[in-house]
Amino acid sequence: MTSTTTLPADGQAFRAEVRQFLAEALTPEMRLAGRRTAGIFTDAPEARPWFAALARKGWSVPHWPVEWGGTGWTPRQHDIFASELAAAGAPANAPQGPCMVAPVVLAFGTDEQKQRWLPAIRDGSDYWCQGYSEPGSGSDLASLQCRAVRDGDHYVINGTKIWTTHAQYANRIFCLVRTSTAGKPQQGISFLLFDMDLPGITVRPILSISGDHELNQVFFDDVRVPASALLGQENQGWTIAKYLLVHERGGAYTPALRARLARLQSMAAAAFADSPADDAERHAAFTGLADAQCRIDALQALEQQVLGDRIAGRESPIAPSVGKLLGTELRQHLTELAVLIAGPYAAARLPIGEAGAHALLLPEDALWAMGTYLNDRAASIYAGTNEVQRNLIAQHLLSAH
Amino acid sequence: MDPIFQLDDTQALLQGSLQRWLNDHANFDQRAKLLAAPGAIQPLWAGLAEQLGLLGAALPEAAGGQGGGLAEHLVILQALGQALLPEPYTACVVTGAGLLQRLGGATAQRLLAGVADGTVRPVLAALEPAGRHHIDQVASRLGADGRLTGRKTLVRAAPQATHWLVSARDDSGTLRLALVLPDAAGITRRDLRLADGSWASELAFDGTPAEALQDGDVLPLLQQVADEALLATGAEAIGVMQRLLHETLDYVRQRKQFGVAIASFQVTQHRLADMHTALLQARALVGATLAAMGQPAADRARAVASCQVQVARAARIVGQSAVQLHGGMGMTEELAIGHGFKRLTLIEQHQGGLAVHLQRVARWQAAQALAA
Repeated sequence: MTSTTTLPADGQAFRAEVRQFLAEALTPEMRLAGRRTAGIFTDAPEARPWFAALARKGWSVPHWPVEWGGTGWTPRQHDIFASELAAAGAPANAPQGPCMVAPVVLAFGTDEQKQRWLPAIRDGSDYWCQGYSEPGSGSDLASLQCRAVRDGDHYVINGTKIWTTHAQYANRIFCLVRTSTAGKPQQGISFLLFDMDLPGITVRPILSISGDHELNQVFFDDVRVPASALLGQENQGWTIAKYLLVHERGGAYTPALRARLARLQSMAAAAFADSPADDAERHAAFTGLADAQCRIDALQALEQQVLGDRIAGRESPIAPSVGKLLGTELRQHLTELAVLIAGPYAAARLPIGEAGAHALLLPEDALWAMGTYLNDRAASIYAGTNEVQRNLIAQHLLSAH
Repeated sequence: MDPIFQLDDTQALLQGSLQRWLNDHANFDQRAKLLAAPGAIQPLWAGLAEQLGLLGAALPEAAGGQGGGLAEHLVILQALGQALLPEPYTACVVTGAGLLQRLGGATAQRLLAGVADGTVRPVLAALEPAGRHHIDQVASRLGADGRLTGRKTLVRAAPQATHWLVSARDDSGTLRLALVLPDAAGITRRDLRLADGSWASELAFDGTPAEALQDGDVLPLLQQVADEALLATGAEAIGVMQRLLHETLDYVRQRKQFGVAIASFQVTQHRLADMHTALLQARALVGATLAAMGQPAADRARAVASCQVQVARAARIVGQSAVQLHGGMGMTEELAIGHGFKRLTLIEQHQGGLAVHLQRVARWQAAQALAA
């Protein structure tokens, strides 16, 4: 079941190569940043040096086409790569550039647009954020109101975007904007890519319940962006966004979940080292860890099957919704277990880096546990709420059988 | 019916012909008759043996089989699960023949040769009243004189069996398997129906003549075959759940309340989504676990236990939801839904409930941590 027991020889050789690279390139500072990450992605100041190291090795965008810097790995190699990075505690790179905007630029961009945007994503010099949701448009994204009006060689943008992850670090943004009010709401949306330093853009930080600053609201006040910022055709934005949803294979969840389970196991071993065998919390923790292992086994089996189906061209169109629903719920479940194991110290609230900065130490893992529990409530909300995913799955079932 | 793993041509042919045969000869209307008395199952058995020739599909060629293995058991049981008729195949071929195949010795080989043609139906009598689901908690005694004394409980398919393989301790306390014929002397027997419609027996032996089948401790073999049977039952559960989900989808589309199909309600849709995702994971994990069965015993046991945890969890979600979404009709004996639900409920408890299988995984984790 585990990747350690069943890898064929060529897989083992590749894994050794990845491990060798990690031993050389993943510095203690980077590992610490990865370990302290309570959110989905590591903060940019800590993550970008790691992304740059990957880029120097040629591994920053492995899933891209080879001519644009992809590695041409087999699916098995991608799986090994993800598992090894997660197990080593590498920082989690934000996907907005490499995994979200790049695939649609590749699919819908002109040659000029590809040249303009892709190399800087690959080498890490550009950092992207995503402008989709608005205060009045969450799950009902097609109702979005942020306007872009054509004026000569420019679009003039007015409106606001919200939940914009890492906008405070980003120098570029990709946005869904309304370019027409005729017809169905989906038909009047366009996909624009532009710079964040244009006049008229302001970013308001939003602190989340975990105390992290990942989210922002972005305001556009008569922002003039060049017409060459348009991806695809005007009013084709919804089609592009849907393409992204289907092709945004954020990859498998289980490599990171297995790494997290291993961390929880060592947390539990330390936390209950002196507890009597019949201690109720201890029993709950270790039964919970066994249960988590079973759940990860089940999801991994499904992810591997989907991977096999994809290679064979049999992938179900609903597989991304199923994967998102199950992956995020399992992530959240593991954070609940982390809080249980952390016990009383989960109540402490201070920046994680300060836990050890005093003669009276606080356990860093306990602070991380509460941070990740709180932060991860977002997992069932972002990228289409899990209620929406269930709707999509049911609609697929009811129409297919 | 989506397969549990990618079938090769032979397996696809096998499953397709079995499904067609079951549709024609063992559909839901005919099922009640096949289960009405222990002997009433005979048409099914004869069909599997003679018309389909598949009792040997998973057995070695040396024993008159077609050289398949556990994979073929899964293929067959997914279809039998869909038809809600897993027995006596599971008891006789997966477990009974699975034991004979590895026991060695002339008697075992002779019996095994009769399984493929349907003349020999061996079942294992392992559990005892005080031992709950533990196959190692055995008080039955096999004397040096070949006399068996003890009590066995809930022996599935025992009324339909031609031979009983009874676990018992010899004078040194070693666990052995003893061959007992149902018409031997010194047997008290009570046949009973189980909640899923299948048949079982309570058995008591008092100086019953028996033949010891092997030398040495049989427990490792019993555990291996129990693991295989657990996985095979997982495949059966997939077939049951696929049927229940399929029929539930049909029902919620046509059933109208408040002037609309109940499929239009979001609560209904979310319940369907949860049934589907639980089933998808269980199906994938049964397939993945098949590939893990060749591992050392501890790892094999952990893989099977983890698989059963997901199967049991999915069985509860799919079974209960299928009844709930059928409303009052789900409560009746008239639909397959309730029968599938009852079968899934027993599968949930197979070889112990969730707590037992979770503990197996927890022990494996603890051993891993010690070794690290």
